[in-house]
This record gives sequence, structure tokens and C-alpha cells, in this order.
Amino acid sequence: MNSAQIEIQLIASVVAIACAIPGTFLVLRKMAMISDAISHSILPGIVIGFFITHDLNSPLLILLAALTGIITVILVEYIQKTGLVKEDTAIGLVFPALFSIGVILIAKNANDVHLDVDAVLLGELAFAPFDRLLIGETDLGPKSLWIIGTILLITVTLLIAFFKELKVSTFDKGLAASLGFSPAIIHYGLMSVASVTTVGAFDAVGAILVVALMIAPAATAYLLTTDLKKMLLLAIGFGVFGAISGYWFAHWLDASISGSITTMLGLLFLVVYLFAPNKGLISVMYREKQQRIEVSLLTFLLHLKNHDEIEERHVNHLNEHINWRKVRSKVVLDLALKNNMIHIDTNIVSLTEKGNKFTSQAIDYIITNEDAQIEHMKDDFFLFRG
Amino acid sequence: MGKKIAVKVDDLTVAYNYKPVLWDIDLEIPEGVLMAIVGPNGAGKSTLIKSILGILKPIAGSVSIYGKPYEKQRKLVAYVPQKGSVDWDFPTTALDVVMMGTYGSLGWIKRPRQKEKKAALEALEKVGMLSFKNRQINQLSGGQQQRIFLARALVQNASIYFMDEPFQGVDATTEIAIINILKELRKAGKTLIVVHHDLQTVPEYFDWVTFLNVKKIATGPVKDIFNDDNLTKTYGINYKVSVQE
Repeated sequence: MNSAQIEIQLIASVVAIACAIPGTFLVLRKMAMISDAISHSILPGIVIGFFITHDLNSPLLILLAALTGIITVILVEYIQKTGLVKEDTAIGLVFPALFSIGVILIAKNANDVHLDVDAVLLGELAFAPFDRLLIGETDLGPKSLWIIGTILLITVTLLIAFFKELKVSTFDKGLAASLGFSPAIIHYGLMSVASVTTVGAFDAVGAILVVALMIAPAATAYLLTTDLKKMLLLAIGFGVFGAISGYWFAHWLDASISGSITTMLGLLFLVVYLFAPNKGLISVMYREKQQRIEVSLLTFLLHLKNHDEIEERHVNHLNEHINWRKVRSKVVLDLALKNNMIHIDTNIVSLTEKGNKFTSQAIDYIITNEDAQIEHMKDDFFLFRG
Repeated sequence: MGKKIAVKVDDLTVAYNYKPVLWDIDLEIPEGVLMAIVGPNGAGKSTLIKSILGILKPIAGSVSIYGKPYEKQRKLVAYVPQKGSVDWDFPTTALDVVMMGTYGSLGWIKRPRQKEKKAALEALEKVGMLSFKNRQINQLSGGQQQRIFLARALVQNASIYFMDEPFQGVDATTEIAIINILKELRKAGKTLIVVHHDLQTVPEYFDWVTFLNVKKIATGPVKDIFNDDNLTKTYGINYKVSVQE
């Protein structure tokens, strides 16, 4: 690895961490689309800032762009509050309008502006190491690393200082307000951080990847944990993983780095979505299948409990009586036998003592549905697990 | 009776999009009562609580808690929002939610420590949920979630408790457990204001009642004013409820 390669991976990783932190809260607040809106509508801020400073890395430009980000949020909320349209429609109205102002501004001044729409949308990480921060003769490294590094430092400081406030206002706005933690201040604080991060990351990775880096790692982490701190750490980890693996994927394909990082993040989400232990698709399907079998078992046991007549309990007649196909009857019969719930005597099925007790408790549970009282059943019987 | 006034509401008017949901409310809640706020859907019951707690901004009127504005008396007040107002899939545990009740006394930036954790565990014990402390909150039943909310209010160690439909969607056991805790709090001299839906249980659970339907219809002791006349005025139809003696 040469130093440029290391620098690119470092920038991509720092951007990923800086995005994952506000991204986690955006996902939990169901505001993922707001990051998309911000990432597009900061364009006029960037363009106007660029006209004034002629420097893509100027702090004024970052400030102006962040301001457009906040204006986006305010406009979306304002339109939404009129009650005439829903939030998604409001977002869809605001950001294309602002974005197109930026596009027109670029097109009108295309000759003397080193800024084009492609670069804005996709960014170009490969060029990031060329723009150096020089003080006198000393080379302090790529400028974008310093910018996003500073933003990350601010974000982490704010996160540590206001973690409890962010948590309570995200979970329960009403409680936060009644405790004196103004949800509006926290909301706009978070929106400011998201805007500043977007602007800082934008130059390096472009508008689309910023959204991917904010939302995909957080959404992936959400599938894996039930603890907010772990969710933040996982999101950060996934972001960095996407950044580095994406870089090498691009290297191997000789393709766009930002595109490859986004692809890796998408693949990572897909894998977790399929294989996550509790919320994953496969685990959910397995659980549903288990539940189907268990409900069938209970139906079968109830049938036995309700009928003393021998003809109702004959193995060969069970499918007629409960109206099941042979395979299902056999699975259920085997399961009941294996768990010592029933015994079969000359093809007549009867409940064992254990089966009888289980069935009574299960009926009790279904009728009263008082969770606290059947808490022990969840351990005793597989039916109520999970 | 010469009792202190815990909560005083003067000329309160609250509107959503210029449509008043509460109209010129005057209300005095004496210290130490267990009060139900009753009224039909859309009567502004939750809005009244939220306005007293400064969550909603009224367009007119004022509120005081023991003679001072709410902002100065936050620590005297605990709030139990409607269970449906939060996302129970949020990645957190029962204990963590109860700990949130301590955030108000901590103020900005300061973090909860052992003392706050101990208080939260005690509150969980009181509502019979200690064994669920590490349970992810969406793994709890509706009744258990409501108990967690109650524990979170208990940990605030307030003088006045506002509760928005604490009996909604809970099983009978939880309802009894909750009302027993509320009665205990009243015995300890606390004031409790509860948005309540089930008119049948008002005389059994509460000693004070406010009838509300955009305007205040009546407020006072249950034994004096909980009658068919006020019910009819509040609910608009000939309302009869059999009050058991």
C-alpha cells in the first residue's frame, strides 16, 4: 500500500464514523429520508459559498451549506405542519427545489467554476489525497481528512456530552419535554450535526454515498442489537468495514470508490437481513414454521382432551377429524410422542399426565393471556418460546 | 377544607391549527387528591395534561404548580405519557427506561450513576418488574410496559403525578396493581391526575373528578359531582352509570 491508498482508506473510514453517529439517531427517529433531503439541498449552499470563497474547503462554504441543510428541515416541517401533505411529500417537494437551484447556478457559471453535478452526486475519493493542507512548507496531509476529522471530533464530543438527552428525546419526546430537555433544541442540534457532517463528507464521497453511510450501517446495526450504545458501535464498525472493503473492491474492479463502498454496505445489509439471529429473515421464517407446528400440536392435544370417544382418537381417523393432511398429522403425532405428551395403545391415542397438564395450562394461557403468570411456561414449554 | 392548591389553571385555551381543543379552562386541583379527568374522545384530556406540563403551548391562559410556573417546578412533577406515544422497538431495556425518570433531577450533560441505578431498581421492585430489568422493552406485554412507565414516574419522586390513560390495554392484574400504587401515593400525600376512560371504575378508584369536553363541565369530589347530570352534560347523550354503593 502506498501512502495515497492509506490516506483514501483513512478518509473513507473517518467519513463513515462521522456519518454513522447522526445516522443511528436518524434511523431511530424514522427520519432516514431527511438525510437524503439534506444531502441534496445543501448544493445551493455549496455553490454560493464557492462563488464567494473560490475554495471548496472553506469554512464559510461548510457553514453556508449546513445552513441550507437546516433550512431544508425547517421548510419540510413547515409544509408538513400545514396538514395539507404528509412528511414524505413535503421532503419530496423541498429538496428537489433547492437542489435544482444549485444545478442552475452551476450551469449558469460553468465556465469559471470547477464544480460539476457528477462530482457533487458521486464525489471522487481518489482525488482527495491531491488536495493537501500546507502550512508554510510543511505537508500536514489531505485537507479533507482535516475537515472531516474536525467534524468527527465535534460530533463525538457532542454525542458523549448529550447522549442521555439524545436518547430520552428520541425514545419519548413528551417525557423529554416535561423533564426540561427541549426536544426542539435536541432536534435542531442533531439536524445541524447531520448537515455539517453531510457537507464535510460530501466533497469526498458525494451526495448519494453520504446517505448510504448514514443510513445503511445504522439500519444494519438495528437488526442486530437491543442496546443503543451497541447499536452506535456496530454502526460505526459496519461503516468502517464498508469503507475499507469498498476501497479494495473498487481497486480490484478499477471502478468508482464511492460506488463500491455503497455496494459493500448494501451487501452487508443483505447478509445481516437474511442471517441476523432474531430479526433476520431466515430466523423469522424458521420461528414461524416452529410456531405453526406448535399450534398444530396444541390443536391436536386439545382435540384429545375434549374427546373421550374412542373413534375420535384413532390414529387413522385423526386426519379426517382435524382435517389435516397425512404429513402434517405425522409430524405432530411424532412431536407429541417425543415430548411424552401422548401414548398410543393399539392405535388409540390418549394424553399422558404431562400432556394433560400442558394442555390445561395452555388453555389457561390462551383464555387469560396474562403474561406474568405464565412466565415460567416460556421456559418449561417450547410453545411459548420467543 | 383549607387545603393547598397543587395545580391551578387559569383561562387556558389551546388550539390545533386555529381550532380550539380546550376553551377557557379554569381549574384548581387541591393537594392530595386522586383525580380522574373524564370526557369523550377529542375532549382535550391529553391536551390539558400536555399544556400543564409545557409540552404544548397554549394560545391563552396560564398554569401554576404550587403558585409558580411549571418551568420552575419541574422537579415536583412526574409524567406518564400514553403507552402508544413511544416506539417500543427502541433498542433499550426496562431498567434503562426507568432510569430516564432520573434524568430530570440530573439536568443537562450529567450522567446517571449508581445512586440513580439503585433508585430505578427500587422502582422496578415496587411495580413487580424487577426480574424483567434486562428485558428488551418490546419483549414485554402491554401491562408490563405500563408498569415500566409507572416505575419511571415513581423514580422521579415527585409531588404531583400526571398520567395519560395508564389503564389502557392492560390486563386486570396490572390494573389492580397500578391502582394500588396510585392509592398508596395518595396516602403519602401526593397529588395524582389521571386521564381515565372507564366510567364504571371512577367511584371505586378516584376521590376527585373533572368532567371535560373542550370546556370544563365540572370538577370536585366524586361523591358530590359524579352523577348522571354531569355525565349527560359531558357526553351529550342521556348517560347513565350505575354507581355502586
